[in-house]
Amino acid sequence: MKKCEEVSKQLIAYLDRRANSAERHEVEEHLAACSVCHERAEDFRKLWGVLDEVPLVEPSLGFDSRIRARIAEEPRRGWLGWLVPQPRLAFAMTLLLALSVWMANLPREGSAAGTEQQDFEAIKDLGVLENYDVLSKFDALSEVPVDAAPADQQAQPVNPAVDQQPATEE
Amino acid sequence: MEHAHTLQLYGTAGVRYNVEAMTRSDVQLMLDVKAGDEASFNLLLQKYRTPLVNFLYRMVRNTATAEDLAQEVFLRVYRARKQYSPSAKFTTWLFRIATNLALNSLRDNRYRQMDVSIDAPVEEDATPLQLPARELRIDEKMIERDRSEFIRRAIAALPEKQRVAVLLHKYEEMDYGEIAKILECSESALKSLLFRAYETLRVQLAPLVSQPVQHRAGEGRPS
Repeated sequence: MKKCEEVSKQLIAYLDRRANSAERHEVEEHLAACSVCHERAEDFRKLWGVLDEVPLVEPSLGFDSRIRARIAEEPRRGWLGWLVPQPRLAFAMTLLLALSVWMANLPREGSAAGTEQQDFEAIKDLGVLENYDVLSKFDALSEVPVDAAPADQQAQPVNPAVDQQPATEE
Repeated sequence: MEHAHTLQLYGTAGVRYNVEAMTRSDVQLMLDVKAGDEASFNLLLQKYRTPLVNFLYRMVRNTATAEDLAQEVFLRVYRARKQYSPSAKFTTWLFRIATNLALNSLRDNRYRQMDVSIDAPVEEDATPLQLPARELRIDEKMIERDRSEFIRRAIAALPEKQRVAVLLHKYEEMDYGEIAKILECSESALKSLLFRAYETLRVQLAPLVSQPVQHRAGEGRPS
């Protein structure tokens, strides 16, 4: 025969008639031999009757109308809703769009004054500018008309533009 | 459970609605709501508002709070309609939402009480209703309150999980599997939980259990 503690797990299912036949048999066998558990089982039956005495509480008259009003306030999906199914996604897309517009309105970096200044900054430290010979040759070449320049002067390898002059002048 | 709801429905709503609600399963109604049928939501609302409000009232013991929570439950069901898939019984889902909301509400209320007074009862769950001199206390209580209030208090004094188990087992007549899912425990653990809860109630309500019951119904079964 099962002990009281073991039967306690089956007792509720026995009393509410949800126990299977084997469990029912075990509990009945125990209850027939144990007066304490038998009394407890009887008390549980009475207790369930006592719990039934508690009257039901009816929802207030405005319950349905309140919930319908709250549901009516819920956001509905319009035609845009199919394009933007999630509010978070819609927010992210709006943010991205605003960011794009803001970046498009930023001042352009390619303005004339800005370019000259950047070019100067880029070349001012070049070592070649400190070489007087090279600089002087550059100046001379730029002042001489291309047609009148002798062939031996055009052969300077410093200026690639000069290297590409057509050979017809020879 | 279905029978009990049917009786409640005839008492509170139109007959045409009730018949319609009975002929379509809860899952089918919810699938119709998912498809955009607002009338099906109204049927579910009519069918479950009274059981839900009563369950929540027995949990939080305040009618206004119980109604607010019931509203929140229905609102969450409505909001989740597009994601609904009938993987479990509708009532399991419904009462799981209700249980979570009720427990959160009780905990929030407990923290508020702690703010007001350090003498406020902190761990309702830890101590099931202390009755050092049981008969004297019960006599005092019986003078102050009627039987129903005394029973409600005894249920409310149960630890949270035991209370939910008793309410779903006794008043909603849910099967063990469904209650176990709501409480996220095994059926074996649930049976132990129910035994301890009813044993506590048997002790607390001994004066009522030992005397003739006024409106006994469904003796031998939970309802």
